[in-house]
Amino acid sequence: MKQEYIISAYSENHIGLLNRITIIFTRRKVNIESLTVSESALAGISKFTIVVNEEKGKVINIVKQIEKLIEVLKAFYHTNEEMIFQEIALYKVPTQALMESDQIEKMIRSHNARILEITKEYTVIEKTGHKEETQALFDGLNQFGVLQFIRSGRIAITRSPIEKLSEFLRERDALFSKLEAKEK
Amino acid sequence: MTTKKEIKNSPKETIEITGSEAMIRSLVAEGVETIFGYPGGAIMPIYDALYDFGHHVKHVLVRHEQGAVHAAQGYARVSGKVGVCFATSGPGATNLITGIADAMIDSTPLVCVTGQVTSGLLGTDAFQESDVIGISMPVTKWNYQITSPDEIPEAIAKAFYIASTGRPGPVLLDITKDAQFGKLQFAYEKCTKIRSYVPEFPTDKKHLKKAADLINSAQKPYLIYGQGILLSGAEKELLSFIEKTGIPAASTLLGISALDSDHPLNMGMLGMHGNYAPNIKTNECDVLIAIGMRFDDRVTGSISTYAKQAKVIHIEIDPAEIDKNIKTEVAILGDAKHTLRLLTTLLEEKKHTEWVNEFLVARNKEEEKVIVHDLNPSKPGMTMGEVVRLSTNLTDNKAVIVTDVGQNQMAAARYARFSQSRSWVTSGGLGTMGFGLPAAIGAKFGAPEKEVILFAGDGGIQMTVQELGTISQEKLPVKMVVLNNDFLGMVRQWQELFFEKRYSFTEITSPDFVKLADAYGIPAATVSERKNLEAAMKTMIDAKGPYLLEVKIEQEDNIFPMVPAGASVSGCILGTDEM
Repeated sequence: MKQEYIISAYSENHIGLLNRITIIFTRRKVNIESLTVSESALAGISKFTIVVNEEKGKVINIVKQIEKLIEVLKAFYHTNEEMIFQEIALYKVPTQALMESDQIEKMIRSHNARILEITKEYTVIEKTGHKEETQALFDGLNQFGVLQFIRSGRIAITRSPIEKLSEFLRERDALFSKLEAKEK
Repeated sequence: MTTKKEIKNSPKETIEITGSEAMIRSLVAEGVETIFGYPGGAIMPIYDALYDFGHHVKHVLVRHEQGAVHAAQGYARVSGKVGVCFATSGPGATNLITGIADAMIDSTPLVCVTGQVTSGLLGTDAFQESDVIGISMPVTKWNYQITSPDEIPEAIAKAFYIASTGRPGPVLLDITKDAQFGKLQFAYEKCTKIRSYVPEFPTDKKHLKKAADLINSAQKPYLIYGQGILLSGAEKELLSFIEKTGIPAASTLLGISALDSDHPLNMGMLGMHGNYAPNIKTNECDVLIAIGMRFDDRVTGSISTYAKQAKVIHIEIDPAEIDKNIKTEVAILGDAKHTLRLLTTLLEEKKHTEWVNEFLVARNKEEEKVIVHDLNPSKPGMTMGEVVRLSTNLTDNKAVIVTDVGQNQMAAARYARFSQSRSWVTSGGLGTMGFGLPAAIGAKFGAPEKEVILFAGDGGIQMTVQELGTISQEKLPVKMVVLNNDFLGMVRQWQELFFEKRYSFTEITSPDFVKLADAYGIPAATVSERKNLEAAMKTMIDAKGPYLLEVKIEQEDNIFPMVPAGASVSGCILGTDEM
């Protein structure tokens, strides 16, 4: 059964890694619903957060293929329930519409959104949340005409108390020492 | 004028040299003795440096870059070393891709070096610029573009480490012309660790114990092995394992030669055109022990009916192969040699006489229905099987057998006999026609002391036949047998069996192979009658230099047994009457 999975991968910050990772999806004809790449808490290590709608078996296979890449340290997959995740959305509406009624202001309050910039022509509103939430605000604002809209890829952290990568790097150091000891 | 440069072994001391010279010195530091390549604009500085190091490293000029990469593959397969090839940018680099893809799917360690346009011209559609990093990304274990001379020693050290460790594979280094010309302070240090890459995981003792318990209590255990045995050098460990436990064993196409063909527990080959017993017994065993193989679809047939009754133990170095195609009861990550050694100590000595006899009964059935006709045909036309068997009989099962792809390959896999490890070179996963001739060149350089015999069809040999030029220039004693049936035989066989004999574009004409060989100065002969075959084969084997023997084969022979595509391994058929 297909469902949403969040794949997280930690890699060295090297040229071409994004391409190496995405071709694993392309080859299996799996669509990437959302993608975010940025530096992780550890300098020099990038974190990829990739959302797919797929069957579990295929996701496991993809995660193993990602991990097989030489410059990837570790990859995980999680269901939405196992992670806390957010997306950010920006909306541009005509300032005129904001002036003419209090509806937009009420919407901003009830959606916990905020205004980033107001000019004579337009107002930029920001909202973070799940896709359904950013979409709901879009649908509301669009009654007044949304001039521009952009939504980010998903970012997510696990519900476990510590960053899995730190734990992983400690394990890997131990593994290398063990392997070195074996050689000696 | 060449200025013979000497390399002293003082890695700690740095010297100022060009990137090109650093490239050659780094390769020599990695123990490279043979390079297959073809020069061109963007790799000229490296070729210029090579001019001074001919006494340290042998360069073989091929006739097409595809020939270089297949030769490097053949070299790697027989020698166990990393195969190395050079090509220029653009078309030179793209011509390598087929061989790189072949090496990727067949886990062959290669380092391919391609020239690239000057770094300032990258991305400008410069003359002979192609994005070889992008193009080769899905078919390399790793690739890297070098744009500064300082990067050269480290990149090469990493390339060899990655290509040769863990599950081996091809690595491509793309080096811009300015990085070749530029200078660096050179010192070489081998790579021994990359933090994001674990070539091999330590053995999980719990899994090992669980596997041992399963094997010890099995009534009908069956071992299937692949190239992992050869890649990890586990031939002795495999032998100890089966001799201690009395477990019958069969090989994948690429595992051939890991175990002596004549060993009583060697049941032959798995797969679509493998032997009958190994296929049908897969669905009758109670414990299936798979080592260093990846359950390719040509081995499993239909997955939904594959070994469902058996508990599967998978010993494999690549975590991504575990549970990929076949779900396992126990998986042991690790290299075959180390794991087999540990596992065998936990196993009880046994003889599975009755179970082994079941294999022999099935073998006799294949013998009667297929083998006897292939090896002692009643028809006047010669069979591929009898030609292959004669060649290995005449070389005491010691020759290195190289094949192309198709019927010639399956006949060779079925009928060649092997007594020495790493003496079988074929394109398995990718099934690359045109692989054989250049791979045989590489095999001969990799094992000059051995007889190297190529079997190719009339179709496949014409795909890379220009490499006769390489053989001629090198005076390389490669023995080439062209099994000529005037057809693209394997496709024709499928057309006969599954497409109502509609022979759509499978009839193929060939040049006069004797004249063609003669044009290259290579002695050759044609045999069209059985009575002349043995003498002709002896002449070929006794030849001191290269020799081409064309054998006219019965035109419409089929390869059997066969597990038809999508069928179950238990539906392995022995002839058209069973279809």
